[in-house]
Amino acid sequence: MKRWALTLVTILLGSTALAQKSASDGIAEYRALLAEGNPAELFEAKGEDLWKQKRGPRNASLEQCDLGKGPGVVKGAFVELPRYFSDTGRVQDLESRLLTCMETLQGFNAAEIAKTPFGKGEQANIEGLVAWISAESRGMKFNLPQEHAQEKAMYEVGKRLFYMRGGSHDFACATCHGEDGKRIRLQDLPNLSKNPGAGAGFGSWPAYRVSSGELWGMQRRLNDCYRQQRFPYPGYGSDATIALGVYMGVNGKGAESIAPALKR
Amino acid sequence: MKHSYKYLAAVAATTVVVLAGCGSAPGASDLDQLTAKIAQASFRDQGQATVDRLVQDEADRACSAADVAGQPIDEKVAKAIEEANFKAIKWPADGKFLGDWKEGEKIAQSGRGMTWSDKAGSENGGNCYNCHQISKQEISYGTLGPSLYHYGKLRGVSDPNAPEAKAIVEYTWGKIWNAKAYNACSAMPRAGHKGILTEQQVKHIMALLLDPNSPVNQ
Repeated sequence: MKRWALTLVTILLGSTALAQKSASDGIAEYRALLAEGNPAELFEAKGEDLWKQKRGPRNASLEQCDLGKGPGVVKGAFVELPRYFSDTGRVQDLESRLLTCMETLQGFNAAEIAKTPFGKGEQANIEGLVAWISAESRGMKFNLPQEHAQEKAMYEVGKRLFYMRGGSHDFACATCHGEDGKRIRLQDLPNLSKNPGAGAGFGSWPAYRVSSGELWGMQRRLNDCYRQQRFPYPGYGSDATIALGVYMGVNGKGAESIAPALKR
Repeated sequence: MKHSYKYLAAVAATTVVVLAGCGSAPGASDLDQLTAKIAQASFRDQGQATVDRLVQDEADRACSAADVAGQPIDEKVAKAIEEANFKAIKWPADGKFLGDWKEGEKIAQSGRGMTWSDKAGSENGGNCYNCHQISKQEISYGTLGPSLYHYGKLRGVSDPNAPEAKAIVEYTWGKIWNAKAYNACSAMPRAGHKGILTEQQVKHIMALLLDPNSPVNQ
């Protein structure tokens, strides 16, 4: 971890001297260096174990969890989420769906897990699970279903939330992510309203974050977006976060999933 | 959060009701309503970032709606928003517009303030470099806003106190204080109007942009 961080610093400093355009080249170079050893692999291995392990008050595994393609089908599930689930009667993303399975199959208290801070307790286990589940769809193309009325409605709600200006700074998601080719400081900003930005932006989470040494799922990524947007706190697995997932994921249709990716 | 989990079920039910209530496909106003309900149920207070931040004023409401529709905002509505925001500009009480550019540079560099992880009441930054090029020395700048390098020089300001500089000095103050006074749907935060920066901090930013000795104008 320390060594990676040092490499990043070296490359960033090197590229800083060469002016801003090559900073993203430097980061790309750094990512390429790590491509064969993305620390997300460690989380993937943990996640696969957690999926198969008997745990929780009911001492059951997650192997019968239905992620949208039938009980126990993991391959290809990630690139079709969020989607509508008839048993819960709502559109769910990967993380909220895992909460459902952990409650119904293993007997965990979903509400308790939802209020657990990121990276702690069962939240840390979810990080492993999302790393493995997303990795099982690596290289597959995003193809979120838009058949059910609730899926369509959630896309429209997600779009409205994406453009919703508010808070102390009048920021919307779109303020930073609504145009091509923009940067904040030196960080390139994907345009999440269409491809290729939507596929690249939505499609790289979960990701291993070098700066914090953590594995972040989409819920944590969105949570930190809203923090920086100066908005109030979005609940874990709340409908607003799921609607945004639908909006970005549908916009990213056809893009290849590289999750869990490697981020700065 | 037990609370919000209960909300989720309520929202799912709301979704069904809203969708069922209108026969086939829901209309735009149903979806606006559903969005408002979902936002209300999804967010909670954390630190200084309280849910009242979801309440939009006319500018945010009208501009968000235009963005969703993919249309420019109606000209008359835009004009009314600009007039209302212009009226709300607070001009410097002592008539002095410029502070210290060195302090301005620090404020422009800082992106702190007003998030739920910032301490309430701590000094806020201006976030300026996140979106703008400003001085030549700082190469880590964003491109969401236009470059402000040579801001004063390009506008011919050699003495900010001279009468011929008055118009540009006032415009710059107004723009920093409340960007929506000049462009209804500007993406720029309303630094003075929304209490992000104090009057003194705005003076320092003014000096960074307009003082002939500031690195911006070298």
